[in-house]
Amino acid sequence: MIEMKLNNFFLQHKGIYGTVVIIILWYIFHYLLQTAIIPSPIETIMEFFRLLQRDLLLHMFASLYRILVAGIISLILGVSIGLYLGLNEKIDQYFSPMIYLLYPIPKIAFLPVLMILFGLGNLSKIMLITIIIFFQILVTTRDSVKGLNKEWFYSIRSLGASKFQLYQHLVLPAVLPKLFTAIRISIGTSIAVLFFAENFATTYGIGYFIMNSWTRVDYVQMFAGILAISLLGLLIFKGIDLLEKHLCKWIILEKETI
Amino acid sequence: MIQIKDLEIKYGSFTAVNKISLNIKENSSCAIIGPSGCGKSTLLYGLAGIVKPASGDIFIREQPVKENRRKTGLILQNYGLFPWKTVWENAILGLKIRSISMEEIDNTVTTILQELDILELKDKFPVQLSGGQKQRVAIARALSIQPDLLLMDEPFSALDAITREALQNLVLSLQQQKKMSIVFVTHNIEEAVFLGQQIVIMDKTEGSIKHIIENKNFGDRNFRFDEGFFQLCMEVRRIMEVSD
Repeated sequence: MIEMKLNNFFLQHKGIYGTVVIIILWYIFHYLLQTAIIPSPIETIMEFFRLLQRDLLLHMFASLYRILVAGIISLILGVSIGLYLGLNEKIDQYFSPMIYLLYPIPKIAFLPVLMILFGLGNLSKIMLITIIIFFQILVTTRDSVKGLNKEWFYSIRSLGASKFQLYQHLVLPAVLPKLFTAIRISIGTSIAVLFFAENFATTYGIGYFIMNSWTRVDYVQMFAGILAISLLGLLIFKGIDLLEKHLCKWIILEKETI
Repeated sequence: MIQIKDLEIKYGSFTAVNKISLNIKENSSCAIIGPSGCGKSTLLYGLAGIVKPASGDIFIREQPVKENRRKTGLILQNYGLFPWKTVWENAILGLKIRSISMEEIDNTVTTILQELDILELKDKFPVQLSGGQKQRVAIARALSIQPDLLLMDEPFSALDAITREALQNLVLSLQQQKKMSIVFVTHNIEEAVFLGQQIVIMDKTEGSIKHIIENKNFGDRNFRFDEGFFQLCMEVRRIMEVSD
């Protein structure tokens, strides 16, 4: 009985449960290692709120802006090209060899090139994230279009749908769930890339903030920065979850019935 | 209503439908029966205008079939419903694509859903429905465009016996009520005999017609309980099993 209640509590408050466990583990490390490089969680959280009143929010917004702009550009390009290639096998034949060659290249190595081409400012950082996640979204979209049930195409064609209506009623809604998965993976990637890119030629961004604290040997501030980047990630993920819940009700129902 | 002349449909070098000629009368029902891989579904897709013939002609009401026809409804084996659309959204899709006014769509589709006894399911998604309910939604969608020809590809093969018979009765009464022709593909002998006025038996592998039977008792709801029903089933079975 008590066990069941506890179980229910965990299921309903997964977020709280996760946070508490991580803070306890963090505290254990802090206590066992007794070194300045792992400050106590309480100290870090206090520092985080103190910094929020100064410029931490600005750093967070700078990073969020770069992720969102790069995400939107990659989505528009990746989804439209992916849908097109997925539906036009002949054209895909000519493009897929190039995609397979370019996809696995560590594009992060091109940051110097991008900085020369697009300047030292925001643009080169946004471009870097864009060329990385563009491929993830393109490949996912294309492959999920190719995997669509043939019967659906017969079904919509028998109803007399135009090309536009085919996209509107069949292809777009059908790839949406997979697209959300691709977006989640892309967000994770772009935060990691951003952290690297923000170490060059900028004084704003959460990546810069963390590295700057590190070089100043201010570990409490560094951890507050890590906390900020985690919260930023969490915020974006929750936003995506909400959007998915709204746009893909059927997928949630499908999961419940299986 | 339908004239098929020397129709040949190929997938690459494989001939799925081989020189078939067939006439189907107005307001009648035609069952095409044969084992898997005999080309019966391909023939149906040819009638629907989804698959292009390699040679030969199909005329529906004297018009050659080029692509999909406005008054042809198609029901697919796995219902062809879109899982991201509710029952209502699925049912109105054909009319929406034809840019009919929302008011007219509302009236037409509400009536059809009522007739098929699924109006209360209108806000549900396909995943929440049973097989029989899904099939009713697929029928509703096909009927919404007020077809004069209804094509069905193994429509009831995934259903249990009781639901299947109930839906066969439903289709029979719809055919008589709405004055439309039905062409359906099946591998179930009882279904072909109950719902087919003209029973077209396909050859096992050749992609051609082996035999055509006229079913005089078509249209009788109680035909299933009749001795003649079993005799006709036996006859169909015998023809199907005769080796070439």
